[in-house]
Amino acid sequence: MTHLGFIAATYALGLAVPALFAVTAWQRLTRARARLAAIDPREGRA
Amino acid sequence: MASTPPIRCYLNPVDSIAYPARPARNLHRFANPGRFLRLAGRVQPWLTWPALLLTLGGLGWGLFMAPADWQQGDAVRMMYVHVPSAWLASAGYVSLALASFASLVWRHPLADLAAAEIGPVGAGFTALCLATGSLWGKPMWGAWWVWDARLTSVLVLFFLYVGHIALVRAFDDPTRGYRAGAILALVGAVNLPVIKFSVEWWNTLHQVASITLTGAPTMSRDMLWPLLVCAIGFTVAFAAIVMARTRAAVMERRIRGLLMAQADRA
Repeated sequence: MTHLGFIAATYALGLAVPALFAVTAWQRLTRARARLAAIDPREGRA
Repeated sequence: MASTPPIRCYLNPVDSIAYPARPARNLHRFANPGRFLRLAGRVQPWLTWPALLLTLGGLGWGLFMAPADWQQGDAVRMMYVHVPSAWLASAGYVSLALASFASLVWRHPLADLAAAEIGPVGAGFTALCLATGSLWGKPMWGAWWVWDARLTSVLVLFFLYVGHIALVRAFDDPTRGYRAGAILALVGAVNLPVIKFSVEWWNTLHQVASITLTGAPTMSRDMLWPLLVCAIGFTVAFAAIVMARTRAAVMERRIRGLLMAQADRA
């Protein structure tokens, strides 16, 4: 395969950027849900 | 013992706008945070798993099974990351402009939160587009960067995203930040046709579009299909990420409101 280094870097970035956003969004959502469940008695239905 | 009044579901704790208890059957019925959270919670898995499967499948298809180009060789495989991220850079800005429009015209509170969450994700995909374009440019053009009209207009798009992120967070009063960010987003939308038509209006090193709405694609079907799968996968991933971030933002706003209400009662 020609230009292997450039291709590997492109695919690494193409996976890393969406994965980074997905993981941080998931962590933020999990934290917010846990915090809300602790202080809001109505929670647990959303 | 006097009981404390329940916190109303439609109370927006940040700008203290009380929404009607029975919202009309229009766009504002989705301003109800509880309704949005319930709906988004159901939709989220239907976005997340297809995004994962389509993105990984499309990238694997492009990397291992799609043919090499007769001129570019295997470097054409970088297109399967670069082109979807470029589409999303512009499409993400369209969604930011639409959310900003809804925010300014209808004062839709979820539009403010959505716009604030679209900004960083759009900036990330625009940075990905610029970085992968640069990685493609070095072996193909012999340069990491050229001040070509297409590249420069996408760089301006990145700066617009960064400016929006900064402006939304620049005010003590979040409402003022949302308004200022919305105005910037709408003014910046003028850059979108410049990006689209830059390769036709000016002599650019960047190639013209291979896929258009009106004409047949000028690329092989063996390359077109994995590209479309990657583009759909990236688009659904973008939507899933923005939805998860907006859900988190709605919950964080509710947490702030509850804590403020508790502090007021204490």
